[in-house]
Amino acid sequence: MKLAFRNNRDFWAGLMFAGIGASAMFIARNYPFGNSLRMGPGYFPRVLGGVLILFGAYVMVRGLRSNEKIGGNWSIRALIVLPLAMVLFGVLMDSLGFIPALAALIFGSAAASREFKFVEVLLLTVLLTSLSMAMFIWGLGLPYPLIKIL
Amino acid sequence: MDIFQNLIFGFSVALSLQNLLYCFIGCLLGTLIGVLPGIGPLATIAMLMPITFNLPAVSALIMLAGIFYGAQYGGSTTAILVNLPGETSAVVTCIDGYQMARQGRAGVALAIAAWGSFFAGTFCTLLIALFGPPIAEMALKFNSPEYFSLMLMGLVAAAVLAQGDMVKSLAMVTLGLLLGSVGTDVDSGWARFSFDIIELTDGIGFVVVAIGVFAVGEIVSNLGEMEERVVFTSNVGTLFPTLADMKRSIGPIVRGTLLGAFFGVLPGTGPAIASFSSYMVEKKISKNPEEFGHGAIEGVAGPESANNADAQCKFIPMLTLGIPASGTMALMLGALMIHGIAPGPTVMTKNPDLFWGLIASMWIGNLMLVLLNLPLIGLWVSLLKVPYRLLFPAIMVFSSIGIYSINNSPFDIYLTAVFGLVGFLWLKLGCPPAPLMLGFVLGPMMEENLRRAMLISRGDPMVFLTRPISLGFVIATVLIVILMAAPAVRKRRGNITG
Repeated sequence: MKLAFRNNRDFWAGLMFAGIGASAMFIARNYPFGNSLRMGPGYFPRVLGGVLILFGAYVMVRGLRSNEKIGGNWSIRALIVLPLAMVLFGVLMDSLGFIPALAALIFGSAAASREFKFVEVLLLTVLLTSLSMAMFIWGLGLPYPLIKIL
Repeated sequence: MDIFQNLIFGFSVALSLQNLLYCFIGCLLGTLIGVLPGIGPLATIAMLMPITFNLPAVSALIMLAGIFYGAQYGGSTTAILVNLPGETSAVVTCIDGYQMARQGRAGVALAIAAWGSFFAGTFCTLLIALFGPPIAEMALKFNSPEYFSLMLMGLVAAAVLAQGDMVKSLAMVTLGLLLGSVGTDVDSGWARFSFDIIELTDGIGFVVVAIGVFAVGEIVSNLGEMEERVVFTSNVGTLFPTLADMKRSIGPIVRGTLLGAFFGVLPGTGPAIASFSSYMVEKKISKNPEEFGHGAIEGVAGPESANNADAQCKFIPMLTLGIPASGTMALMLGALMIHGIAPGPTVMTKNPDLFWGLIASMWIGNLMLVLLNLPLIGLWVSLLKVPYRLLFPAIMVFSSIGIYSINNSPFDIYLTAVFGLVGFLWLKLGCPPAPLMLGFVLGPMMEENLRRAMLISRGDPMVFLTRPISLGFVIATVLIVILMAAPAVRKRRGNITG
């Protein structure tokens, strides 16, 4: 029997649970554990970490037995571009203001899709930005400068 | 007579111009976004939640509840028109609803779904008003050990009874509890898992997790799939069911409502179980079972009522005990806490305007959905035609502004992006995110009650077994796990959901 875990869904799920559980226990190793009468800040996290390792190990073993595959498609592009667009929004909100941040977010998000069309996205940007301005800045009164001049 | 007085008080709160307006906006926005393809009710509530944070608590909860019914109704609309269930509970509606749409009777299907939901909503509003107070009164006698056992039961039941993999659900609950412990420990002042990042000492924002996992994660996943959707909108047809339609639907609506209410008060049983069993019952007792699957109106009326009754009754444990029985209720509970209201039986006595106002507004919201949605079906249909590539940037915009506005901090945005990636990973690995949300919301409360229980008992864990009510919850928890882990039940469950 060949152990195929490259695509094995439950193997990776179990590994993730066990890994998080182990890291939690490791990070919390110096938190005072206390005793069951007076539980310290390390009690709850370390117990949970242990439980998570057990669940993870079970799921991993089960995955190696059942060999269920990860289904569906991935879009590497979306996985990289979409979070980047959010980070850009965060950075620009603080440095350049509301409008540039939104424009970057909308362009960035749209670029995460394989169906990116420049003119369409430009129109969408104008529409969504004005809508957000009306709703959030004037409607809800959020105190963000529209454009900060450097 | 008390209940009438209370309900009248509730209506006086809910019918104030302001609250009526927020209920209306909630229903409208909820339907608007719920109808958009590829956005489920959880994502809808998560992304609209920050908007409600500036409102007073009562109005905020009323609006959120409106968003919730709206999103759910939007889900059945897409199920009927596009054969695309917004969430698992609408899967059953697809079977006969879409067939009705193909026969040019989409309007009738939508109308029956709306009226059935309204009937279910009315029934459940009364149910909450009747049983909420006694349950809360009983729960007032609970002490920490009882609370801990109750939360344990709620979490285990929700994880185990929901669709999907039982062990992974339990692992996700555990992971949620662990995430909930991030930040400064209230008892000792220790900053846990904060990695010397100041923002993390306050804990992870609840909206950050919700939007990251339910909105961003789902978008990343959808962008990978990019399926073509066939919108069936050539002819919605009349919105008025014939007399024969109505006669055929009354029975299923009543039975569906009762079934849904029954499953609704059980902790953890998702609305899918309610709507599936309603469909099974209707098919079984029907004189012409062969019509099912080919546009039988009973197959829309029953499950839609059941699904709404279930969703509404989930408010009972949330409002009276502070136990969320579903992902949506976890979001509601989180919203309560953000408004500084301690969830649990004291909500009814300390915030009667919130409790009764929310209940009254549920009924108003359900009525609004009927009055609002039926005339607006044309609008919803045209929204269905908007391609996804134009929709998801809009979701990103609303989500991002919403998150940023909570703390005016870009850090929350970065964290949301991380949760988006992790949420996508979880989807791919078949790890359900809703149980995580339950654990995350209940985590801090559970830890606190565990600590207190241990103080009461002087460190003896037997306290959970020696107090009768707590023992009852523990026994129920064990029973649920044993029952669901038994191979026979597992096999049958596979048949129902598979």
